[in-house]
Amino acid sequence: MRKINTSVLENTIYKMAMRAGVTLTPSCRAALDSALKKESGKACAFALETLIENSNIALEKQMPVCQDTGMAIVILEIGQEVYLEGKPLAQAVNDAVRRAYADGYFRKSVCDPITRKNTGDNTPAVIHTEIVAGDKIKITFLPKGFGSENMSKLYMLKPAQGVDGIIDSIVETVKSAGSRPCPPVYVGVGIGGSFDTCAFLAKKAIARDIGTHNERADIAEIEKTALERINALNIGCQGFHGDTTALGVSCEWAPTHIAGLPVAVNIQCHCVRCEKEII
Amino acid sequence: MINLTLPLDKGTVKSLKAGDSVMLNGTILTARDCAHKRIVELIKSGKPLPFSLKDAVIYYAGPCPAKPDTASGSCGPTTSARMDSFAPTLLNLGLGAIIGKGEMSNEVREAIKKNCSVYFAAIGGAGAFYGNAIKKSECIAFADLLSEAVYKLEVENFPAVVAFDCHGGSIY
Repeated sequence: MRKINTSVLENTIYKMAMRAGVTLTPSCRAALDSALKKESGKACAFALETLIENSNIALEKQMPVCQDTGMAIVILEIGQEVYLEGKPLAQAVNDAVRRAYADGYFRKSVCDPITRKNTGDNTPAVIHTEIVAGDKIKITFLPKGFGSENMSKLYMLKPAQGVDGIIDSIVETVKSAGSRPCPPVYVGVGIGGSFDTCAFLAKKAIARDIGTHNERADIAEIEKTALERINALNIGCQGFHGDTTALGVSCEWAPTHIAGLPVAVNIQCHCVRCEKEII
Repeated sequence: MINLTLPLDKGTVKSLKAGDSVMLNGTILTARDCAHKRIVELIKSGKPLPFSLKDAVIYYAGPCPAKPDTASGSCGPTTSARMDSFAPTLLNLGLGAIIGKGEMSNEVREAIKKNCSVYFAAIGGAGAFYGNAIKKSECIAFADLLSEAVYKLEVENFPAVVAFDCHGGSIY
């Protein structure tokens, strides 16, 4: 058994949140650079240049890359040999988020769903916990903007629709989103599981580096085919019609019921911010 | 790149075509979801607005807080389509231009044409870039809405693309 005080977790998440708000993931920045190199559309090239300059300004001035500093998605994979002591886990995570969003001059974007009253400190965070083997905690901090979140969809396909149905659902989601979610997008896809786990798989897919592929060859093939079809849509950066509509497609899967084929498509904009740490 | 000073006169608006790259300079007002709800409620109940819409330029945005000694925090455009149901009412009252990101409805496009207005698309996600183009910021209405309040901004060299022109043209 390993004792970890939740104050350690809080301080780590605080630092991750501060970094995430002002930094694109290296794989996202590399994908934007490579999209600019091959872009043939004039307006799209201008938009991509602006986005690259934007990420440089954000780092240099430690300003949020995007003003939508998102809901704080926190995924904790907690080793079963860990004993957590100190303040309750959720409180530690929310205290970290509250402090980081104040100290980083990040926007507070969380509100009551009915009255729309802002909670004022960007809490509560969305906390997912998984109990895994070992005595460590793996933390993923992903600030998620809602321009793209709003364009996400969940399909309950028939098993007969198979791989073609999965790919059609991914492409249809990106097509119907059009210019609205800040393309070029990064598409996280959940395949299988139940209604709820499928959506979470899609979110976990976004936490993967752009350009990586699923270990399963048949799933990796879905990622590649979907990306090709999305980039043939000619939506382009900002919807200005160009070569890159998506920077990548990542799929995660889980076994599902014999009667169903859930597919969740979680859209992430070109501003991928995701920090990972192990303590 | 076409340099434009805000507010725009109708002659300038008529010269703009969807797809033109522009550089905006002058005064703009931020307003997004909650502010629009309040503005339209005030209009419907016949009450006065806290600012004039005539020839005003509304920027669909909700800034991050400004750090000490800076004019504004990051402030890129938000998704315009969420304002589809509000925009025609404001355009019919003389709104000069809209700045946002992404396509808007055909009703908005018609209202832009009818009122000789224009919709500019800023580059979504370039929050730090646009935050730096803001030289002055002042909250002028609905302060309780925090980032969703109405801020009067002075902008310099604020790049955008003409998304809907006053002739019915669209970049999308």
